[in-house]
Amino acid sequence: MAKILLIAEHDGAVLNPSTAKVLACAAEIEGAEIDIAVLAESAAQVAAEAATLASVSRVLTVENEANKHALGAVLAPQIVALAEGYSHIFGPSTTFGKDLMPRVAALLGVNQISDIMSVEGTHQFKRPIYAGNAIVTMQAPTDVQLVATVRTASYRAIGDGNSAPVESRDISVDLPTHTRFLELQAGSSDRPDLQTAAKVVAGGRALASTENFELIYALADKLGAGVGASRAAVDAGYVPNEVQIGQTGKIIAPELYIAIGISGAIQHLTGIKDAGTIVAINKDEEAPIFEVADIGLVADLFSVLPELTDAL
Amino acid sequence: MDKILVGLKRVVDYNVRVRVKSDGSGVETDGVKMSINPFCEIALEEALRIKEKGDANEVIVVSIGTSESQQQLRTGLAMGADRAILVETAEPLDALSCARALLEITNREDPGLVILGKQAIDDDNIQTGQMLAALWGRAQGTFASHIELDGDKARITREVDIGLESIEIDLPAVITADLRLNEPRYVKLPDIMKAKKKPLEQIPLAELGIEASPAIAETAFEPPKERQKGVIVDDVSGLIAALKDKGLV
Repeated sequence: MAKILLIAEHDGAVLNPSTAKVLACAAEIEGAEIDIAVLAESAAQVAAEAATLASVSRVLTVENEANKHALGAVLAPQIVALAEGYSHIFGPSTTFGKDLMPRVAALLGVNQISDIMSVEGTHQFKRPIYAGNAIVTMQAPTDVQLVATVRTASYRAIGDGNSAPVESRDISVDLPTHTRFLELQAGSSDRPDLQTAAKVVAGGRALASTENFELIYALADKLGAGVGASRAAVDAGYVPNEVQIGQTGKIIAPELYIAIGISGAIQHLTGIKDAGTIVAINKDEEAPIFEVADIGLVADLFSVLPELTDAL
Repeated sequence: MDKILVGLKRVVDYNVRVRVKSDGSGVETDGVKMSINPFCEIALEEALRIKEKGDANEVIVVSIGTSESQQQLRTGLAMGADRAILVETAEPLDALSCARALLEITNREDPGLVILGKQAIDDDNIQTGQMLAALWGRAQGTFASHIELDGDKARITREVDIGLESIEIDLPAVITADLRLNEPRYVKLPDIMKAKKKPLEQIPLAELGIEASPAIAETAFEPPKERQKGVIVDDVSGLIAALKDKGLV
């Protein structure tokens, strides 16, 4: 039997969509009994949302002022205390989970499986390595706890309709004071979130300026799409870091992905492999993006983008 | 601070398209170009800049791997590191063992700061820095795009999914470098010559006496599913027709 503790990602008010995707992965494990942990300053609202998710047995809340902001170093010792008796401890492979889960694993004295993309057994999973150019099957030991992060793009969010019990937990461990939250500069956008959007329009270096990215925004807004970018466009300062797609940015799986002026380096392609349909617009017909595109248009983006946006 | 410790991992160069061996036993690394992991290079560059500003006296680079990792350490010395340590092991090491080995080196050297890359581009694990910080009982500033030192504290700007997060951490601590922390310098030929004279200490892993970790076995390797090459349309109306055909617009 697999007794799984899943660490919820949230902002204090709402559950991050990554949690329902990790849950979808965890629920594939044979004999899974899944509890969700909500560590927060005040957990009621997030816990109520988590309790509606299918496959959840219990929601465990740990309330502490120190949990107001999700600091890995502060959360980790609490999770270690909470994890006693669990065979698996899962989190999302988002920046939240990437920061937190290895700290949990080290405190438990175990290794971690990062980026689970498929479940092959209770302790056997597949994950991508080398920017997705190879897939490796990992067999974890069964006599120690397994800590893992789940590649959220590989899973669809689990449904709701559940009403799992919510239980409060008192954790009395010393929390470190060496880490203090200062501020969060979140991108302000009314557009759909890049990691959950059904459609994504992304621009590359060929856009050549922040102003020209307006062409991308206009098309995205016409489609109701999220906006992404290649590393080159982010490095050039045309768009903020949080829209970067690829090995070192976000891994996404929209139904429709439109890459505009993106050549398609392997580091970028690993971030879009799971997209339903890939459309590429690039004036270089040799661009590697065309090797993976379902629909390609060899054209100058500045001439076709306004036309495309108008025609939709 | 006196010392900054920087980790350098030898990895397949980022321009190489890695292939899975036909028998599924691993990935092809024979005759493939090897380099310093790009994020480790950024970590080293940051340490060198801190030293050049007068905020540190010595930059030490450390690698864990076979004797071939000396090449990457020499490159690190040519970039400007003062000395190098190679923890020698013939077998690839799991992340927890790496963190335990780095902790031993950290305890020996007592640095004011450890800077590592946020991830290695071979296994893409994103674990070692956080594990080291946990074992060391210190703060971690992961995915750093800006570091501001202020006495025994550091303010770190972190690249997170929804934007940029700023935290303040007490030093000593572990920081992991993200892409936009800096642009690493190029190595000049005279520096390569000078680097040959800089000290490179080799320590067998066994000498560190680290505890054995419950390793996770890699049992099979396979290439990813390839996407089929699609159609090329002639113009915008062709594109819209193709999208309508798939019910996407």
